[in-house]
Amino acid sequence: MEAFTAHTGRAVPLRRSNVDTDQIIPAHWLKKVTRDGFEDGLFEAWRKDSDFVLNRPERQGATVLVAGPDFGTGSSREHAVWALQNYGFKTVVSSRFADIFRGNSLKNGLLTVVLPQETVERLQELTEADPTVEITVDLESRQVRAADLTADFELDENARWRLLNGLDDISLTLQNETDISTYESSRPTFKPRTIQV
Amino acid sequence: MGRTLAEKVWDDHVVRRAEGEPDLLYIDLHLLHEVTSPQAFDGLRQNGRRVRRLDLTIATEDHNTPTVDIDKPIADPVSRAQLETLRRNCAEFGVRLHPLGDVEQGVVHVVGPQLGLTQPGTTVVCGDSHTSTHGAFGALAFGIGTSQVEHVLATQTLPLARPRTMAITVEGELPDGVTAKDLILAIIARIGTGGGQGYILEYRGPAIEKLSMEARMTICNMSIEAGARAGMIAPDQTTFDYLHGRDHAPEGEDWDAAVAYWKTLRTDDDAVFDAEVIINGAELAPFVTWGTNPGQGAPLSASVPDPASYDDASERLAAEKALEYMGLTAGQPLRDIQVDTVFVGSCTNGRIEDLRSAAAILDGRKVADGVRMLVVPGSVRVSLQAVAEGLDKVFTSSGAEWRHAGCSMCLGMNPDQLAPGERSASTSNRNFEGRQGKGGRTHLVSPQVAAATAVLGHLASPADLSDDAARTPAGV
Ligand code: SF4
Repeated sequence: MEAFTAHTGRAVPLRRSNVDTDQIIPAHWLKKVTRDGFEDGLFEAWRKDSDFVLNRPERQGATVLVAGPDFGTGSSREHAVWALQNYGFKTVVSSRFADIFRGNSLKNGLLTVVLPQETVERLQELTEADPTVEITVDLESRQVRAADLTADFELDENARWRLLNGLDDISLTLQNETDISTYESSRPTFKPRTIQV
Repeated sequence: MGRTLAEKVWDDHVVRRAEGEPDLLYIDLHLLHEVTSPQAFDGLRQNGRRVRRLDLTIATEDHNTPTVDIDKPIADPVSRAQLETLRRNCAEFGVRLHPLGDVEQGVVHVVGPQLGLTQPGTTVVCGDSHTSTHGAFGALAFGIGTSQVEHVLATQTLPLARPRTMAITVEGELPDGVTAKDLILAIIARIGTGGGQGYILEYRGPAIEKLSMEARMTICNMSIEAGARAGMIAPDQTTFDYLHGRDHAPEGEDWDAAVAYWKTLRTDDDAVFDAEVIINGAELAPFVTWGTNPGQGAPLSASVPDPASYDDASERLAAEKALEYMGLTAGQPLRDIQVDTVFVGSCTNGRIEDLRSAAAILDGRKVADGVRMLVVPGSVRVSLQAVAEGLDKVFTSSGAEWRHAGCSMCLGMNPDQLAPGERSASTSNRNFEGRQGKGGRTHLVSPQVAAATAVLGHLASPADLSDDAARTPAGV
């Protein structure tokens, strides 16, 4: 996983609540068997509208998505995270994320930042008023900065440490192999098995 | 202090607990399907890893599979490639797979329980959000992303922060004609699509205890639509009876030991939930959605709400956008909404009891002119059972299409889709924009409402069907 320390970039304000993963990447894109090539599927239905914010010339090259509440609800598809990343987003700011989406994003190095709704709206107003405004998301100091706005955000220490160092969860877990084996040796015999081994 | 059901199951699976770290949780059962696994297997290959516990892993094909002509090659080359990828991966790594055409094939959340693999007190994961279904057995079951699928394949564990717990107590008795689907839709409308966020829900109370296992699965299935991590119901005699004798249920001494353990899986009287919601089951009525998220629902007897009636600005905006997308106007009675498609199926309502209840209403009646009705059993086993009971004949003679098992129109990854502007009454779980096909409009309903709607051509409950003198039910 790519490490995330701090990122500065222009933003896209997405003033919609409950943006579900079917909107982020529609089901027919899920037939792909790779992790890349999802950028054209991102918000596919909405992008047909030339007025949709992502299509505006001033939003090209933006890397920070400032979204409405309950972003990423619905299906567990990690493709939603890949689509955002493939398109070029490095971080998403919202007042509330769906759990699975948030877990998926942090595993892929897409930083999801939770800020109070009024702060999210202020960020949206800032970038709407001036699309060239840059937003900085600083994981080291756990701070979002834009123009005269400074807001602290929380992220649990463990997730932050893994993101800052770009650590792979599986390698970390495998360092505890003995704990896993010990646990396995005490599992009751009545637990289900899919095959006899 | 006592512990809740969720806490007990959690504690029993902690492999490692350390200050400042998420718990490392052991996974008892890992279900795989074609959509969310290819990139995980790739990851294993790239890192030279194997599947740690093949005996706790099982795969089936469901999302992409066609529901007609299953003996012919799959027409869509991309779907075919994804299924072939799963077959190759399972063969290479040694994973048990039930492919299209196999008697145990079906929607992954229908297959696990019917094989008896889903058991009380187990941890169950799958790269699919509706894994919450399995919580009906008192299992801790949740959907995971592809990175986590890879993590479980490689380690049989997951690092997870412990969620909070919420009790949803359903008092009283559900009135006649009110189903588990109506109940869960009403719960989601009450707490909202974000209301369960960060929580494991435990459904309890007299109305829940009375429900069959299949109805309990319908409830737990949609926990995710309230934003919850998982939904659970304490195992009881209904659960034990359902499991007894199934392929992978314990036998002999193991059965006795298992039941003894399962009986301990109840929330202690002095346990404290982080949040509580109380619902009066006796007040409920058939419930349908009018909007584009599962929380946007109302009793069938109500009207499409006026967005202006919402105090919350973002809810108001969401309602406005939903009405626009759905092509509805505020104040329009829900019963007046005409549909052109009815879908009965999915992991929410594609089990045998669901098909029976839809068939009982259709028996001796006809699907309205201009309405297309698709009945898609949740698994091949469900399909065989339905055929044995003659339900397929009831469906076909009423004018409905009887299809092969799979996810089908629940998400439209196969050819079963709504055309732009088409409107469905669907027993599935998501009414998101475009979920059932680009531009398609979805109303979530129970199987009974689906069947009555098919007959009348507009949203309706069985109570709206007049006693038709010409009706000659075959009596199945
Ligand atoms: S039936 Fe629908 S909700 Fe269930 S697993 Fe299939 S696509 Fe997902």
